[in-house]
Amino acid sequence: MKITVCIGSACHLKGSRQVVTGLQYLIAQHGLGDLVELGGTFCMGKCQEGVCVNVDEEFFSVSPSTVDEFFTKQVLTRL
Amino acid sequence: MRKFDTKVQHLKYKVLREVAREAWNGTLLENALDIPKKIVPGKQPTMRCCVYKERAILGERIKIAMGRTDDGKHVIEVIDIACDECPAAGYEVTDSCRGCLAHRCEDVCKRGAISFDHNHVAHIDKTKCVECGQCAKVCPFAAIANRKRPCQNACKIKAISMDENKAAKIDYDKCISCGACVYQCPWGAITDRSYILDVIDMIRESEGGKNTKVYAVVAPSISSQFAYAKLGQVITGLKELGFFTVVEAALGADMVALSESKELVEKGFLTSSCCPAFVKYIKSAFPELVPLVSHNPSPMTAIAKYIKQITPNAKVVFIGPCTAKKGEVQLEEVRPYVDAAMTFEELQALFDSRDIDITTLAEGVLDNASYFGRIFARSGGLSDSVKQALKEQGIEDFPLKAAVCDGIEACRTALLKKSKNLLDANFIEGMACMGGCINGAGCLTHGEKNKAEVDKYGMEAYEKSITDAVSVLK
Repeated sequence: MKITVCIGSACHLKGSRQVVTGLQYLIAQHGLGDLVELGGTFCMGKCQEGVCVNVDEEFFSVSPSTVDEFFTKQVLTRL
Repeated sequence: MRKFDTKVQHLKYKVLREVAREAWNGTLLENALDIPKKIVPGKQPTMRCCVYKERAILGERIKIAMGRTDDGKHVIEVIDIACDECPAAGYEVTDSCRGCLAHRCEDVCKRGAISFDHNHVAHIDKTKCVECGQCAKVCPFAAIANRKRPCQNACKIKAISMDENKAAKIDYDKCISCGACVYQCPWGAITDRSYILDVIDMIRESEGGKNTKVYAVVAPSISSQFAYAKLGQVITGLKELGFFTVVEAALGADMVALSESKELVEKGFLTSSCCPAFVKYIKSAFPELVPLVSHNPSPMTAIAKYIKQITPNAKVVFIGPCTAKKGEVQLEEVRPYVDAAMTFEELQALFDSRDIDITTLAEGVLDNASYFGRIFARSGGLSDSVKQALKEQGIEDFPLKAAVCDGIEACRTALLKKSKNLLDANFIEGMACMGGCINGAGCLTHGEKNKAEVDKYGMEAYEKSITDAVSVLK
């Protein structure tokens, strides 16, 4: 599985760093390092809906406060 | 508000704007020859002896505006028909000499080059004069003038001489493409080649991000430019032009600060590698010091490399204050990552070629880097960042002793001392332009307040530490 987090300016200001660190932590905690590839990109063209996150080409809007929920609902269920 | 410092910049801008306008329309080849008459209509000359000479010079400017990154030509070029062959006689006594009694000029001249005629008026014997300038300094009537060409005066590394026709001539083995002569020549006879046609082609071929994604990587000195609008409006303007997105070169600077501080601790001595003019100067004037140059890429290259790693169909255009960057992007080790470099002057021309009035646009955002990455734009900022990077990595037993070199003359002094093992420092921060990048030749405006603008922009960064700023890059 590939998760891509937008680290462009608009998403950065909405907390993409916190989203990235949150995901890194959760991936490590669940021991999913070999199954989930976490990457960055500079723009997904949906700046209004940031922080923009793609899971295998499917788009999600995540914020630092919804990282846990996103991970449980969208990441864990797909593995 | 004035967009440029000088009328020379304004003229250059008009040429770039018209060339770009035709290029966007795909009509440049048909209409290029009509551009001079568009810029200089009518029969009354406003710049030179006649409109025909004005148009002939414009023709040369158009050729230089139509450069291509791979044409192998020099970045800095003399337009010989535009060179006014300024007097270059050195120190001369002017008619302000009153033939006084004191004759301080004679007393101070160690070479005995000063004599007096029957009216007691001073004369300088050119065969004895060594151009030290002491006589000019002591004359109470300021009667001794230094007739040096502005270009030669600007070129502190002495790469400019005169050819057999008295036009300026650049020694390209020495030239570091810093652009000092470009900004200082009052006739606009020395100019920097433009690669905007490559940029326009890239944007046209990208078809709004469908085929390729053209990234604009902007230098932090942009904070002191386009003062008539807001920075956020410039960012929106870049997207209106057709850039896919805008990324701060300062994020590359954060990356460089971290790795450069590690390299410094490992090697014990380094010179910076951010300023391409400084690096080229070391290569040409101090080849024995080349092993001491940091192996880090410049911030521009570092961030471009990252963009290309994570985005397969990306093109990168660097936009900054610098003419030397146009040379850097042609280096073998940089070419795969940065597709073209352009200046703020050229960006203004591109905006207007598409009739984009940035003051009417909504404000976009630009925020990738930390305070420390952003202050690379001014002299001293790089050293502050390396110091901070050492601190953030918990390296406390390495005492950073930076020689902050503001301008190429200061760089030469430090390099000379280092080559003789007399330099009391373990890091040379070399910036070819006085004040740092904020005074680059490709800036729209140059001024004292630019440093304060960069510092303010730095303070506004969302990320407060280098480590936080780069933590999103994996």
